[in-house]
Amino acid sequence: MSPDTTTAHPPAPAVRTSWTVRIVGIVALAATTITVWLGLWVTPPDQVQGDLVRLVYIHPGLAWVALYLAFGLAAAASLLYLWPRTRSLFWDRLAASAVEVGVVFNVCTLISGSIWGRPTWGVWWAWDARLTSTAVLLILFLGYMALRRVPAEPEVRAKRSAFVALFAAVDIPIVHFSVLWWKTLHQGATVLNPNLSPTIHGSMAWTLLLGFVALTLVFVWMLLVRYRIGVLEDWLGVGELDVALRERQAEGATVDEGEAA
Amino acid sequence: MWRETVLVAGKDLRIEARSRVALSQVAPFGIVALVLFAFALGPDRALMAKGAPGLFWVAVLFCTVLAIQRSVSVESVDGARDGLRLSGLDPAGVFLGKAAAVAVQLVVLEALLGVGVVLLYGARIDVPWLIVASCALGTVGLAVTGTLYGALSAGLRVRETLLPFLLLPIVAPVLLAGTRIWQAAMAGGVPADGTQWLRLLVMFDAVYLALGVVIYGPIMESA
Repeated sequence: MSPDTTTAHPPAPAVRTSWTVRIVGIVALAATTITVWLGLWVTPPDQVQGDLVRLVYIHPGLAWVALYLAFGLAAAASLLYLWPRTRSLFWDRLAASAVEVGVVFNVCTLISGSIWGRPTWGVWWAWDARLTSTAVLLILFLGYMALRRVPAEPEVRAKRSAFVALFAAVDIPIVHFSVLWWKTLHQGATVLNPNLSPTIHGSMAWTLLLGFVALTLVFVWMLLVRYRIGVLEDWLGVGELDVALRERQAEGATVDEGEAA
Repeated sequence: MWRETVLVAGKDLRIEARSRVALSQVAPFGIVALVLFAFALGPDRALMAKGAPGLFWVAVLFCTVLAIQRSVSVESVDGARDGLRLSGLDPAGVFLGKAAAVAVQLVVLEALLGVGVVLLYGARIDVPWLIVASCALGTVGLAVTGTLYGALSAGLRVRETLLPFLLLPIVAPVLLAGTRIWQAAMAGGVPADGTQWLRLLVMFDAVYLALGVVIYGPIMESA
């Protein structure tokens, strides 16, 4: 690539991370550190579950982000994109970022739940209603991401993705009910034994609450960073085409000159 | 809208009647699936009869994917999709028509697979009306969601691989409900369980029918 073609590249949207993103990141890191410290050293082990109870400080927080915050945001942003008055690529990028970060949290939810399930239930995976809904949600998210990877014009891709997000959002309550009935109609007792859930108070409650806040902040930070990467990706895509076209034209010009001579 | 529904459904079914892709390729594939399930479960007939409801619906789901691919591909050649868009037909009518054509093919397939399940797996059906109701409602749900996703993936070069990935998780409730209704309808089942699942299927159908009628136009424009 010759240096003069790079100067024609459209200017980068914002090369440096904004201070808002940095501050959110620093606060998220601090909150996570305190949660880890409280969860692993300060809080006492549970009478029934022992040290296993420490997973409770992150698992519900992860699930809250993955199942409600990320997916809710993605569905709302997709709907706002589809609505003609609010149509803007901002919503599309927001939905895409929320889904991608949501997938990370969803996988972490499943992994942390699985780690808890192995000693408690004796199995890595139980076909419990919540587990199954979470897994289906993950598959729907992955489908959305696969669709986004298909090369297309930004507007076409945005519209397509928004439709898929909408269909998935509509499906989630139905999936949830169906797996709930699937478990309960034919099995008397579920694997979730109500006696196992401990009453939480004192330092444990505070740690649990802080875990929610910390993970929400981590989500917001990752979302902001991912959004910015999305903007830069689009910028790079447009720029690359321009550069390639210009190079090609320059090539054609030299060939023409050669033929003329 | 209804006239257009009949028009589009008639067109798709006429193409099927002439090309016989559904009959000569999709239906035999369903039977192959049934035979393969039997191989997977071993020669134990009691086990096969127990698994029959689920295997029937999984086979139906696979056939649905093929039927939808076919329904999309008849529009993808010779600029047929643009023709349909230019025809001025009501998009809701086009949606219902295409879904109806798929549904008719699926009903024929289900009848065939149902006979296959009874003969090959030795499934005993006690409450036939539940079976019929589950097939009717399940077919509507599969045809409607399939048509929506088919339209969405119409312009994609990776349609063949992406469509099953997107569609199959969405129709998971149909598989669950259909299987449970069949279990309720079979010998030793509890018919009362089946009616609750029928309600779930009605809900699924209603949601996606309404969504499709409203949204098919924008999807057709954007694809």
